[in-house]
Amino acid sequence: MEKLRYERPVIKRLETEMPNKFGSRIERTPKTHIDGVPVQDLIAKYGSPLFVISEKTIRSTYKKVKKAFTMRYPKVQFAWSYKTNYLDAVCNIYHQEGSWAEVVSGFEYDKAIKNGVSGKKIIFNGPDKTTEDLHKAIVNDSLIHIDHLDEFYTIVELSEKLGRRSRVAIRVNMDTGVYPIWDRFGFNYENGQAWDALNKIMASGKMDLVGLHCHIGTYMLSPSAYGVAARKLTDLALGLKRRYNHDVKYIDLGGGFPSRNTLKGAYLPGTDTTPSFEDFAEEISSALLNAEYPTDNLPLLILETGRALIDEAGYLLGTVISNKRSSTGKRTTIVDIGINLLFTSFWYDHKITPAQEFSQYTEETTIYGPLCMNIDVIRENVVLPLLNKGDQFVIHHVGAYNMSQWMQFINLRPKIVLIGMGDKVHVIRENETMEVFNSLEKIPEHLKRFDL
Amino acid sequence: MKIKKSIAVSASGLIFNPDTGESFTVNPMGAEIINYLKEDKSQQEIATHVIEKYNVDTSSFEKDYEDYIGLLSNYSLVEND
Ligand SMILES: Cc1ncc(COP(=O)(O)O)c(C=O)c1O
Repeated sequence: MEKLRYERPVIKRLETEMPNKFGSRIERTPKTHIDGVPVQDLIAKYGSPLFVISEKTIRSTYKKVKKAFTMRYPKVQFAWSYKTNYLDAVCNIYHQEGSWAEVVSGFEYDKAIKNGVSGKKIIFNGPDKTTEDLHKAIVNDSLIHIDHLDEFYTIVELSEKLGRRSRVAIRVNMDTGVYPIWDRFGFNYENGQAWDALNKIMASGKMDLVGLHCHIGTYMLSPSAYGVAARKLTDLALGLKRRYNHDVKYIDLGGGFPSRNTLKGAYLPGTDTTPSFEDFAEEISSALLNAEYPTDNLPLLILETGRALIDEAGYLLGTVISNKRSSTGKRTTIVDIGINLLFTSFWYDHKITPAQEFSQYTEETTIYGPLCMNIDVIRENVVLPLLNKGDQFVIHHVGAYNMSQWMQFINLRPKIVLIGMGDKVHVIRENETMEVFNSLEKIPEHLKRFDL
Repeated sequence: MKIKKSIAVSASGLIFNPDTGESFTVNPMGAEIINYLKEDKSQQEIATHVIEKYNVDTSSFEKDYEDYIGLLSNYSLVEND
C-alpha cells in the first residue's frame, strides 16, 4: 500500500490582534518552475545554491521601461550600469537591446571594451579613475564624467600630452527634496561648485563639454525628485547656452528607479508601493520638454538604470539544511544561502517561496544562512509552509548587485545559469573550484612544511 | 505525557483551552497526535502508527514529535505526569 504524504505536526496560537505584524501576505504559492524549467531539475543538474537569470524577463523589462520613456520624449538612450550585474552574458543582452555601457572603474571599463562596446559608447563615472584609465578613455573617445577637480586637472594634463581633446561631462549633486543628499559625488549645484567646474572646463580649451550628469540616489520612491534634477541640469545647460552659446548634447539622469523589492521594515510590499516607470518618465520628460531648449535641438536623455531593469530577472535557489527552535521556542530555519551570496538581504525583505507544493498550514520562522556568524540572517520573520530538511525554495528579485557584490566566504561561490529565450539553460558563470581559488595563493618556502 | 482532559480538537483542527481562554489551530498530523495522546498511547505506539501510515522515517518523526510535544507543553496543553 502506498504511504500517505507526511507533514510534520504543527500547532499555532490564534492571535487576537490583527493584522499580523510581519505583514499579511503569506508566501505559500510555490514557485516550481522558472520560465518553464522545473526548479527541482535546475538544482539537480547545477547544484544548490544556484543563481538563475531569465533572459526573457530582462528583455521584456527593458522594452517596457524604454517604451515608457520613448513614448514621452523623442531622444532616449540607456547605458547599462555594469556594477549592477557585470556578467558578460547579461551585459551583452543589454547591448543587443541597444544599451551603451556605464562603468565606474578601470576593471569595468576593460570589461565593456572586451564585450565589444565602442569606446564612444562607454560612460565613465566614479571618483576613482586612474591616470592610466583616463588615458585609455581619452584615446577611445569615451564619455568621461568628471567627479572632482583633481580628475579635471589630470585630464587637462593628459589632453595636452596626447594632443587630443577629451569628451567630458560633470557629475552634479543637488538638493532634490530627498535626504540625505548624495553630495560626496561630483560638484554641488546649490553652492555654485557645478557652475564653477563648467566654467573651468570651457576655459581650459582642452575638452568638449558634451553632457551633464547626476545620479541622485538609489531605490528612489519619488518621481518628482527626478523632475527637480532634470530642471537643475537644464538650468546649467541653458546657462552654458547664454554665456558661451554652447549646446550640451545630453542630460544624463543616472539610475535610481526602485525595483519591486520590499524595503526592510516596510509595511506594504514593494509591488504595491513603488511608482511606475511611467510616473518617472512623465516627470522627466515634462521637465525637459517644458524647458527652453530649441525644439529642433533637444538634448539626448541618458538613463543609467540598474536595479529596476534587472532585479526581477534574478532568482536564487536554495535548500533547507535544518529546522530548529530558538531558546524562546521560536521556529528557525537554516538554509544553504548566506548573506555572502545575498548582499541585498541587508536592506530588502526578499520574497521567499517554496519550490514544491505544500498544504495550507504555515508557520513563522527566521531564516538563517550557513555562515557560522550571527549576522547571517536572510529573513528575520517570514511566514512559510512547513519546510523540511532537503526542501527547496526560491528567493525572488535578486538580479541587481548580488552577483557583483557577493563574497567568497567559507565556501566556494556557486554557478550562475541563464534561461534563454526558449527554455534552454546556459551556464554563464561556473562555480568556483579549489583549484581556481588556490591558484592565487603563494606559500613562502619556509612555510611549506610542518610537523604536528 | 497526557493531554489535559478539557482539551478537544474540532473537525476543522481548532482547539480551545478553557483554562486560559486561548485558541489554537493544528494541522491534520497535529490533530492525529493529540487524539492518540488522548487515547493514552505511548510515544513508541504513536511512532509505529505514523510510520506505518505515512511516508516518513523514524528519526525524522522522532525529531518532529519532540518538537511538537515541546510546543504543546509551552502552550500548557499537557499535564505533566
Ligand atoms: C553613477 C551611477 N549610475 C547608475 C547607477 C545604477 O543605479 P540603480 O541601480 O539605482 O538604478 C549607479 C549605482 O550606484 C551609479 O552610481
